[in-house]
Amino acid sequence: MESVLGRYRNLIVLVGVLFAQVLGLAVQVKRTSDSEPTRLIRVWAVGTIAPLEKALAWVQTSSSDLWHNYFYLRGVRAENRSLKAQLERMSLDQARMSQDADQARRLQALLSFKEQFISQTMAAQVIGASGSELSRSVYIDKGEKDHIKPDMAVITADGIVGKVLRVYRSTSQVLLINDQTSGVGALLDKTRVQGILRGTSAGEAVLEKVMSDETVPAGELVLTSGGDGVFPKGLLVGRVTRVSAGNDLFLNIHVRPAADLSKLEEVLVVTKIDERQTEPDQAGAARAVDILAERLPTVPAKVDTPEKDGVAPKTALPNTERAQAGTGQPGSNVKPKATPTTAVSGAAIGSSATNSDAATTPKPVSPKPVVPKSVAPETTDPKTVSPSAPPAEAQDSPN
Amino acid sequence: MATTYTSGEQVEVYRFSLPATLLVPLAAIFLQAFLPLRFHFFSIFDLPLLVTIGFATARRSPMAGLLTGGLIGILQDALTHHPIGLYGISKTVVGFGASSLGIKLDVENAGARFLLTIFFYVVHEVVYFLIARGLVGLRMAWSWPHELVSGMANAVLGIFVFMLLDRLKQRT
Repeated sequence: MESVLGRYRNLIVLVGVLFAQVLGLAVQVKRTSDSEPTRLIRVWAVGTIAPLEKALAWVQTSSSDLWHNYFYLRGVRAENRSLKAQLERMSLDQARMSQDADQARRLQALLSFKEQFISQTMAAQVIGASGSELSRSVYIDKGEKDHIKPDMAVITADGIVGKVLRVYRSTSQVLLINDQTSGVGALLDKTRVQGILRGTSAGEAVLEKVMSDETVPAGELVLTSGGDGVFPKGLLVGRVTRVSAGNDLFLNIHVRPAADLSKLEEVLVVTKIDERQTEPDQAGAARAVDILAERLPTVPAKVDTPEKDGVAPKTALPNTERAQAGTGQPGSNVKPKATPTTAVSGAAIGSSATNSDAATTPKPVSPKPVVPKSVAPETTDPKTVSPSAPPAEAQDSPN
Repeated sequence: MATTYTSGEQVEVYRFSLPATLLVPLAAIFLQAFLPLRFHFFSIFDLPLLVTIGFATARRSPMAGLLTGGLIGILQDALTHHPIGLYGISKTVVGFGASSLGIKLDVENAGARFLLTIFFYVVHEVVYFLIARGLVGLRMAWSWPHELVSGMANAVLGIFVFMLLDRLKQRT
């Protein structure tokens, strides 16, 4: 017996070690849950490797900064000029988009939309990877002491990157969106079709659970849907590269992530997301009028001419009142809110379907003609706005 | 001096100093985690596997080989987000196999090392694939062209890694 054990000692140890590891693996697979504490072996391994990675990343960043910021300044002047020109162009763009955003917010307020805002982010440096082709995750240099928590979204300026999986004392592990165990709620930009973005073992990202009768063109943008509870809605995920038939009735939509996941250096961890209902500034109904006034072409004001029979048309009085309220003439008791705008705002809502196209189509960079808000309603004839606009009599009806 | 004999040839058994035994695997795991971020192509390599094979063939002790492989694998597992044991089991098998083969074959020349590395790389991947798919339930696809190209790339790098390890090994 002893000789048999001695003869097969190596094999017995091999079987014992393998059995122990398989058993350990089976226990882990069975117990896998989010609330499970991080295993000590992981803490030790990360605690050993991460300081080295941090040090090397710091040396690399410092030397790169030193070179680029102090020595290699060739072409900086030309680049500066180009950036200034770009800044001017973008300032104009920003002014236009700011107006659009304001209008969108007002409309959301009218519809009682709830918005999600990324209110706080933390910049972090990527210091290491998992070291395995089959585990697509990276380590960042921010951890528990920086108030990082699991399931926080990680993004870059280009697009989303992943979510925080495990948090250690001064580092965190981030699961990338192209890992096969990750899942991101996503939607297609134009068709608004929703699906789940998953990674594959080859490191690709595929949008699943989209019915095969949908038409998905290559090149379409993919955005976060907000359905996963990790990423706020509307963040850029990537672009559709190709579409193939998937399981059952679903499509496999291959997506190229907008963020370059193979060359991550710095990322932003979303540490706080606010969800609040958009609130109107003062008066929702009045805002709708403003929106309409800014969207519609202006009509030159009519020159006041005495009526032949001395009777003013029915709409003249309210218009005059509005003009007085808007210009703030002394002695005028009529406030802008008191004007019979309900009918006009109804017209605004009724016509919003046609006017919303104007909001999405690119506009010339030149600023739009500014229409004084208080004057705008009187220069706009509801009958010309939309077929659904109420008759002129309705404007005279009190609120 | 402990020796074994194969086909009449004398095969020497080596050992490594304690610092080398500890630091070389750690350095391999560190580089494996650090370099792919800077050089994406590096993710095709498996430095800890090369170190496992290098240690196992030099020591020629199956017991030492499987324990070294197991520990290196578990440490590598700890950096991934998968359950611990996937690389542990694969490298235990490779460590045992490489040291057992090292007893019977002369693995001192570059050609033998090249072929040995390709063989054990494929063994490693097969074991990993079977466990990951069968026990853990990961969705994995097997691709022979990918595995063979990766095996050859690792074998080329392995020649240099083994040369480095040759400088660290000591005769028993």
